Amino acid sequence: MAGNGVRIGVLALQGAVREHLAMIERCGARGVAVKRPSGLSGVSGLIIPGGESTAIGKLIDEYAFARPIREMAVAGVPIYGTCAGLILVAARVKGKHGTILGLADVTVERNAFGRQVDSFERELVIAGIAEQDRPFRAVFIRAPVIEETGPGVEVLARVEEGVVLARDANVLLGAFHPELTDDERLHRYFLEMVAGAGGASGTEV
Amino acid sequence: MDKSVEKGTETVKRGLAEMLKGGVIMDVTTLEHAKIAEEAGAVAVMALERVPADIRAAGGVARMADPTVIGAIMEAVTIPVMAKCRIGHFVEAQVLQAMGVDYVDESEVLTPADEKNHVDKWKFKVPFVCGAINLGEALRRIGEGAAMMRTKGEAGTGNVVEAVRHMRTILSEVARLATLPPEALMSAAKELQAPYDLVCEVARTGKLPVVNFSAGGIATPADAALMMQLGADGVFVGSGIFKSEDPARRAHAIVQATTHYEDPGLIADVSRGLGEAMKGLEISEIGKENLIQFRGW
Repeated sequence: MAGNGVRIGVLALQGAVREHLAMIERCGARGVAVKRPSGLSGVSGLIIPGGESTAIGKLIDEYAFARPIREMAVAGVPIYGTCAGLILVAARVKGKHGTILGLADVTVERNAFGRQVDSFERELVIAGIAEQDRPFRAVFIRAPVIEETGPGVEVLARVEEGVVLARDANVLLGAFHPELTDDERLHRYFLEMVAGAGGASGTEV
Repeated sequence: MDKSVEKGTETVKRGLAEMLKGGVIMDVTTLEHAKIAEEAGAVAVMALERVPADIRAAGGVARMADPTVIGAIMEAVTIPVMAKCRIGHFVEAQVLQAMGVDYVDESEVLTPADEKNHVDKWKFKVPFVCGAINLGEALRRIGEGAAMMRTKGEAGTGNVVEAVRHMRTILSEVARLATLPPEALMSAAKELQAPYDLVCEVARTGKLPVVNFSAGGIATPADAALMMQLGADGVFVGSGIFKSEDPARRAHAIVQATTHYEDPGLIADVSRGLGEAMKGLEISEIGKENLIQFRGW
């Protein structure tokens, strides 16, 4: 199976860290909370969780995470950004605060669906992962949307407002929160990306 | 719009609180303060007319803030904006929901509007956070629909002792429930004055069903880290920041200490040269009738 003991880091500066770690463990991999850049060594994949993108972005700067994470991405290590994580990995972010890590060729708008009273859950069809007969219950919380995708980006799911799940090579981008549900399919898909990439990130970071 | 779309569900309401975990929520009274808070790395701001220390000093009736103040703060920042309504004042809550605030704090810091009943929070799409001093109170609020809890502490004092007491109380009561056999849970529910199904849930899972932050008296980076080490999911800082000498530096330092709460070396570094903390009040000098934590039922 895809998971098999492989170490997956979850950036643990703030946000839904615990839920991603639990999901990773359920899928048979080992979840590692990463609080410092040194924690990135030896992980075979990295999840950047939901939280407040502004707050996490500032902590990424403060603790000099940007360079080692960019190096991992260039080296082909799979990275999965959910919600705030999507904003953090996008090459272009509309409005104030701007780009943080710039790992994926997409343009993202923050809070694209409105404020918290407009947050929602819905059934979502995801290409190759959750088809019409068994859609994904996707939870969107003050969620961003992907407004534009570059030529190399594969769109996996969209709603009326735009793209909500996409993949740019080794970077998976999601606007919603699979870690708040019991549905393991997206985490398993990410672990397959990790198995396909093969190998942990260098120990020199 | 897809027919399967549902807004204001329990998952969506509780989910926003999950996203705030490990973060600092700061009381702000002006848009300048809101920008300082956001710049320091706050995960949300609480929009108020006065911070609790000033409410305490001013006396009189404390009510929901002027919508102009709340609206200006909502415009100024991209992080979530919370605002307080009085206990039981469901129309203030309706107004805050209509304005589009992201979380309503049904708060004992304001003067209660109902001496018996809290707001029926299930009726709202906007999520609510409520205060509690023990597990029974927390489960009553969750039973009414609260999607997030905070321990009350004693607001506006800059004294962390009550925050510690309430966090320890709740966590030890949760731990105790988890040791009880099923036949003891109805009796436990009776003692706690809490809904039986929630008591059973806590006994089964060993934790509160919603995120629980610490509030009421946090004034220093070490205070924030103390509450995190004791088991808080995050912290509210009210008067502690904007009643101190250098709010921007203190706000930044408290964020760092909350993230790296298990790193005393880092807490030492960020605590250097912050200037004066808020003065603070000794609890025994306040007088029991003036304690805010006993508002709420």
